[in-house]
Amino acid sequence: MTSLLPLALGFAMSCVGLGILFCTLRLLIGPSAQDRVLALDTLWMCCMLLCLLLGMRFGSMVYFEVALLIALLGFASTVALAKFLMRGEIIE
Amino acid sequence: MTLSALIIAPFIGSLVAACLPANARNREAWLAGAIALAGLLFTGWLFMQADPGEVLYERIAWVPALGLEFVLRLDGLAWVFAMLVQGIGLLVVLYARYYMSPADPVPRFFSFLLAFMGSMLGVVLSGNLVQLVVFWELTSLTSFLLIGYWHHRADARRGARMAFTVTATGGLCLLAGVLLLGHMVGSYDLDAVLAARELIITHELYLPALILIALGALTKSAQFPFHFWLPHAMAAPTPVSSYLHSATMVKAGVFLLMRLWPALAGTEAWTWIIAGAGTCTLLLGAFAAIFQRDMKGLLAYSTISHLGLITTLLGIGTPLAVVAALFHTLNHATFKASLFMAVGIIDHETGTRDMRILRGLYRQMPYTATLAIVASGAMAGVPLLNGFLSKEMFFAETLLVGGDSNWWMSYAALAVGVFGVIYSLRFIAVFFGKPDQPLPREPHEPPRWMRFPVELLVLTCLVVGVVPAISIEPILHQGVVAILGEATPQYDLAVWHGFNLPLLMSFLALVLGAWSYQLLRRRFNLRQREQAPLIHRFSGAQAYENTMLAISRAADFMLRHLGTRRLQPQLLAMTLALLLVPALLVGMLPGLLAPAPHPADAFFVMLWVAGGACALAAAWQAKYQRLAALALAGGTGIVTCITFLWLSAPDLALTQLMVETVTTILILLGLRWLPPRLRDAGPAAAPPWPVRLRRSRDMLLALGGGLGLALLSYAVMVRPMPDSIASFFLEKARSEGGGSNAVNVLLVDFRGFDTMGEITVLAIVALTVYALLRRFRPAAESIAIPAQQANPVDAATRQPPAEQANSGYLQVAGIYMRLLLPFMGITAAYFFLRGHNLPGGGFVAGLIFSVAIIVQYMLAGATWVEDRLHLRPHRWLGYGLCIACATGLGAWAFGYPFLTSHTAHVELPLLGELHLPSAFFFDLGVFATVVGCTMLILVALAHQSTRSHRLPEKADPAREAR
Repeated sequence: MTSLLPLALGFAMSCVGLGILFCTLRLLIGPSAQDRVLALDTLWMCCMLLCLLLGMRFGSMVYFEVALLIALLGFASTVALAKFLMRGEIIE
Repeated sequence: MTLSALIIAPFIGSLVAACLPANARNREAWLAGAIALAGLLFTGWLFMQADPGEVLYERIAWVPALGLEFVLRLDGLAWVFAMLVQGIGLLVVLYARYYMSPADPVPRFFSFLLAFMGSMLGVVLSGNLVQLVVFWELTSLTSFLLIGYWHHRADARRGARMAFTVTATGGLCLLAGVLLLGHMVGSYDLDAVLAARELIITHELYLPALILIALGALTKSAQFPFHFWLPHAMAAPTPVSSYLHSATMVKAGVFLLMRLWPALAGTEAWTWIIAGAGTCTLLLGAFAAIFQRDMKGLLAYSTISHLGLITTLLGIGTPLAVVAALFHTLNHATFKASLFMAVGIIDHETGTRDMRILRGLYRQMPYTATLAIVASGAMAGVPLLNGFLSKEMFFAETLLVGGDSNWWMSYAALAVGVFGVIYSLRFIAVFFGKPDQPLPREPHEPPRWMRFPVELLVLTCLVVGVVPAISIEPILHQGVVAILGEATPQYDLAVWHGFNLPLLMSFLALVLGAWSYQLLRRRFNLRQREQAPLIHRFSGAQAYENTMLAISRAADFMLRHLGTRRLQPQLLAMTLALLLVPALLVGMLPGLLAPAPHPADAFFVMLWVAGGACALAAAWQAKYQRLAALALAGGTGIVTCITFLWLSAPDLALTQLMVETVTTILILLGLRWLPPRLRDAGPAAAPPWPVRLRRSRDMLLALGGGLGLALLSYAVMVRPMPDSIASFFLEKARSEGGGSNAVNVLLVDFRGFDTMGEITVLAIVALTVYALLRRFRPAAESIAIPAQQANPVDAATRQPPAEQANSGYLQVAGIYMRLLLPFMGITAAYFFLRGHNLPGGGFVAGLIFSVAIIVQYMLAGATWVEDRLHLRPHRWLGYGLCIACATGLGAWAFGYPFLTSHTAHVELPLLGELHLPSAFFFDLGVFATVVGCTMLILVALAHQSTRSHRLPEKADPAREAR
């Protein structure tokens, strides 16, 4: 049981890492602005997951709070970008 | 002992005068007059009270740790000059009351005049040389202001600038000289310097110090070759001329020479420099005075000449010459001040000072004419007037030192006497004869009290001239003893010394002068001459202008060849220097070239590769694809955030996260107003090779700079951290700050004053942004409604944002984003409350709260939110700063320094024990300020949209009427 957790963590982190890499790739190549916004949003989500994983790895509660903050407020910039694409200005 | 009151009173009076209303001529004059009179009486009283030869001191500790003192010292010489400054000052104030027209801004005049009087008294009473120089420069400054009083006139501005440049430069020389003197003696105290004559004149630095001090004195006293500023300073109002240029300012140079006479005089160098300059000035000034056509110009050159006479006497260096110099200083002040005032009256009553026009004024203004004639008699050296006595002493001294070998001295003195008679006659000629053209104004006698100062001064001339022994001798003796001390000679002030050579010279001068004047008038048409013969080519003013021009040209040349206004070359030079200079200075650090391999987590490296790629791509795209660049920068931001977390800095991670979000919103708000990219016509041609070369160079430089910096930071970061202040904070956070989160304790407690400053700056920035945006008008190409909102097919085009959120496109988003608002608020409160012990705090909480509100703005538009939520960011800002400040000040109430924090444990019902540090309230201030700033800036930007949407509405008159 004790050896299972590091293994599981390693696996999960590799998956999240792959996710981050792919998101970055999409962010870099685009090609449309919508692709980039979606990639950024997913990147934030991956990072939130990473925070949770890091919290387990280092055994600290603080990471969960950061994850909470990303979850709660991370979408604000996505909303702003999306609104900009849709309406041309974010506060009308 | 209240010597300092003498100096402070005029300065206070100056401030008061500046605050009086513009038309308060009488109040101003009463104020200035009262200060001068009180000072005069007080100075006189001090003299009565003190023992003969006693020196009064007042020492005020200034920086005791450095031995700096403010020393005032009143000896006989200072006393004589203080009396002179205040006495003439009083008369000038009375005169100026009538001279200044009601249209002039009188408060400024009296304010400057009082400030000048204070500075002059400071020079006279200083007991420390550096302090003396400070007051010296203050007199330059105040005289600049006084000369340029009528600043709408170009000649006044020019004259003021010239006078200031010359005298202030001289003042700098004087400072250097005084520093040398202090270095030689080891003290700047006047007594110490005066006592160290032997040391000074044998010191190798004596000559440089003497030259520098002489430069200071000669520029101030308008001595050759720096005399040119004085005639140009005549653009000042006449009271200023009669105060500054007869009795005080120009006498400061002479005063300095007398003051330092015991320490510096008596050497060959002294005689050559001082007497040489004095003799040149004497002859030149007297000669030029003959050929002036402006009455004030004549008096200016005559002043130059008389100052030259005093300087020559001081340069001669015998004790009797010093007596004559001081005597003539007093005499000159009386008759020249009265002459200036008389010219002022003539100017005031006739409207001109041109001696080519003025004739026959005796008939219209007999009193003034009589007074002026007597005063110019004193100037010419007519017996029974004071000028005669001191001039006779001058003749005697030149005969004495000249002897057989330097016979030319006596001839020069005689020539000056003759010139003096000629220009005095020229001066009084305006009162006689018949006017051959009408004057600008019909002259008549001035008001009674305007003439009074002249009367008093002329009476002094007469009394001193007739009975010198009982009138002036006691005063003069004070000054002489203070300068000469033991070496005070026997002298006898009397009108009649029997028939001797000086008397013969005096009469010769009078006769020759009268004869030459007739000759010049008949043969050379003196009355209509425009300029002085021979010497008009050597114009000091022209030389001054040329020098100024050369200096500004040189500066211009340097600026053009060594500087640039363009940003790119500046950046190029700076980056190049940053790259090369350290490398040249220390060589390549070996540690930099081969950074120690550092074990790194593969996952961490992967994160950094992703973040770095995003950063590079953002920089690459930033020029044309702004939105893409922004998204890419967002990628870098989140990676940075995770990095902070990974390196266990959760406080930083939280803040970075919120800053990232707010920045994205801010830039998007700004992006709306940036003009769209211009589409170019076709495929760009290949750039020519110089451009490519330049770009390659810039590329290399950029790579070098970036890599160098990266290398440097890496090299620093992989090294073990030396012992720093950090461990102290970690240890003390709990025990002394009362919180376990060291970062927060650091911010609100240990370095609370820093934070206080930072939030203040933040508030200032926010208000500035707000103020700028109030007047912001978008560029023409971005003023139109965005293309997305102009699509006629889209149903949302005609919907206001609130409607979209309630029942349109954004209905889903609307529901959950509104639902999230309270949760976000609670999160903000949570992070705020526990900030003192765990990651969080006012700053992060403020940002969270702002984002929560901004999300509502984005959803339903500014109008909808502001109809329901009256958030006034200005008040948040103000209250925040007040709370923070009040918390800091609260510590004072308990006798602790500003911002000392205290932790209270409060027992509350239901909640139990509450840990309540005073830093909590400080943090509350930070929170409110951050919310206020963020909201103020973002909302101000957001309001640009509502404003531009209103524009087309305004065009509709029907709507406007509603």
